[in-house]
Amino acid sequence: MQRYIIRRLVQAAVALFTLSLVVFLLLRLTPGADPALLRCGIGCKEERRQAIREELGLKDNYLVQYATWGKQLVTGSLGTDANNATVAGQLRHRLPTTLELLIIGMLLTVSIGISFGVVSAVFRNSLADYSARFAAILGLAVPSFWLATLVLLIPQQFWDYAPPLGRTIGFLDSPWDNLRQFVPAAFVLAVASAAGVMRLTRSALLDVMRQDYVRTARAKGLRERTVVSRHALKNSLIPVITLLGLQMASLFSGSIIIETIFNLQGVGQYFFNAMFAKDFQVAQTLTLYVGAVVLLINLVVDVGYAWLDPRIRYA
Amino acid sequence: MSTARAAGVIAAELELLAPRTDRWRRLGMVIRDNPFGVFGLVLILVLAVFAIFAPAIAPFSPSEIGAGPDLADPSPAHPFGADDLGRDMFSRVVFGARISLTVGFLSVIVGTLVGSLIGMVSGYFGGAVDNFVQRWVDTSIAFPPLLGLLLLRQVMGPSIETLIIAIGFFVLFPVIRIVRGAVLSEKNNQYVEAARALGASTSRILFLHIAPNVAALAIIISTTLLGTAVLAEASLSFLGLGLPSAVSWGGDVNAARNHFPPDLWWAFFPGAAITLTVLGFNLFGDALRDILDPRLRGRL
Repeated sequence: MQRYIIRRLVQAAVALFTLSLVVFLLLRLTPGADPALLRCGIGCKEERRQAIREELGLKDNYLVQYATWGKQLVTGSLGTDANNATVAGQLRHRLPTTLELLIIGMLLTVSIGISFGVVSAVFRNSLADYSARFAAILGLAVPSFWLATLVLLIPQQFWDYAPPLGRTIGFLDSPWDNLRQFVPAAFVLAVASAAGVMRLTRSALLDVMRQDYVRTARAKGLRERTVVSRHALKNSLIPVITLLGLQMASLFSGSIIIETIFNLQGVGQYFFNAMFAKDFQVAQTLTLYVGAVVLLINLVVDVGYAWLDPRIRYA
Repeated sequence: MSTARAAGVIAAELELLAPRTDRWRRLGMVIRDNPFGVFGLVLILVLAVFAIFAPAIAPFSPSEIGAGPDLADPSPAHPFGADDLGRDMFSRVVFGARISLTVGFLSVIVGTLVGSLIGMVSGYFGGAVDNFVQRWVDTSIAFPPLLGLLLLRQVMGPSIETLIIAIGFFVLFPVIRIVRGAVLSEKNNQYVEAARALGASTSRILFLHIAPNVAALAIIISTTLLGTAVLAEASLSFLGLGLPSAVSWGGDVNAARNHFPPDLWWAFFPGAAITLTVLGFNLFGDALRDILDPRLRGRL
């Protein structure tokens, strides 16, 4: 087990290092990607641009630049973005928003996805099964940006209702307003992943229900409810947990669009703004941090999985 | 019952069980067994007709300003309404099928070809090459796709080629993974050994002997990825990173959302078109997978 964890840690470290190199070079070798141009503003003079390049350290050779960036990443003093705000301060300010969005999104994914999947499998080929499956197929096809637009526009058009927009409200300041802001956004974020979880739960549970030990449990005279909840469900959830780990990445992807549409001042929106403004200094740092978090989550999921099922360690 | 008689009974039963169907009947059975897949195929065909014959189907030019009243609600003259410049939304939705399908198909084709090649090499040679490729795929699959898509797109600048490459890049990884797995099991077959014994070169074995045997699988995966590619193009267009000049569904939803006051009908139809397109591809892809290779169910 220890050897497995160490091997996975080394792999994750190598992957992270590679990612940092790729992002670093990608943003430097492409023409037009000059952070100085943006900070300089409209009608930029060449000397001024060069001075800013000097100041940002863009004239040093790549090795020095990479080392500086590495030091920034480790110490957490991340420099400033194009609006002259410190990146570290922005992250501190924005992280709680994104975390809340992701946590509510994950809760909705798990609760909707697994419960619909179980109902669908237990009442196979019933009306409930067909409706749930149809909803899941639709949920995978609907573009989140369109759903988000409709979620904002329909109540506004028909009931004159709008969630509190503008500044993001902290949960402790006003729980009700905070939830009015976050729950619709998190719901839209969760639709696609809940649909994926529902489909996997259904097929995994159906698979398990065909196995001998489930038949044995039934033959013992256990109630169907006990058979499903105590015997079948646990085993069928193993692949679902792996999927949930992978879906953290797509939830974060989704948060870029959702935070932009619902105007939640989170990390996703920050990344999008930086990307759109070609503020690559900020973009490369965020990319790497997100990469690290995602790798970490996958590591935890894989280790947990290996712990549950010893065969994986030696594969 | 004597053994011979038993065999005769079984043979008769087998004959009873054997499908006595001609080609059309069989097609009818496939359709009956996969109503959703057929529905998906019909959706795709309708869209393809829209895309190919767009100028003949659309009542107006998609860029004709003032074809109807500004922000018109749906009406017989303008079934999908009109946008803020009075451009007919039905015509724009019809023309939008072009960019959506072109980018969707081409990016999946490019991604599948390159991905199959990498997957074949990785699976056939094994060792360090395989290890390297697999670690790369593991990392990339875990990475938030939209993050990478935005990064690639913004770095490469706007043109249809870069759009196709950026989206094709994210089709790569599932293809590499599945094709590699198929090659791993395929390369131990006797026909490969026979070819090697006859002195066939490595590239000949890979492309002439192994490739045809994993091609069907590659086609199945790529079909299931078409919906994802269409969705990716729509999302990029929505974020303003699609093709700047093209009529695109994602771009129209964004325009409707950003207009003040936002207009519900204007946003509704292009988005519904995206949903139906992705739905069509997903349903068709799933059905194709189930018909051609049921073992893949749940793995793709």
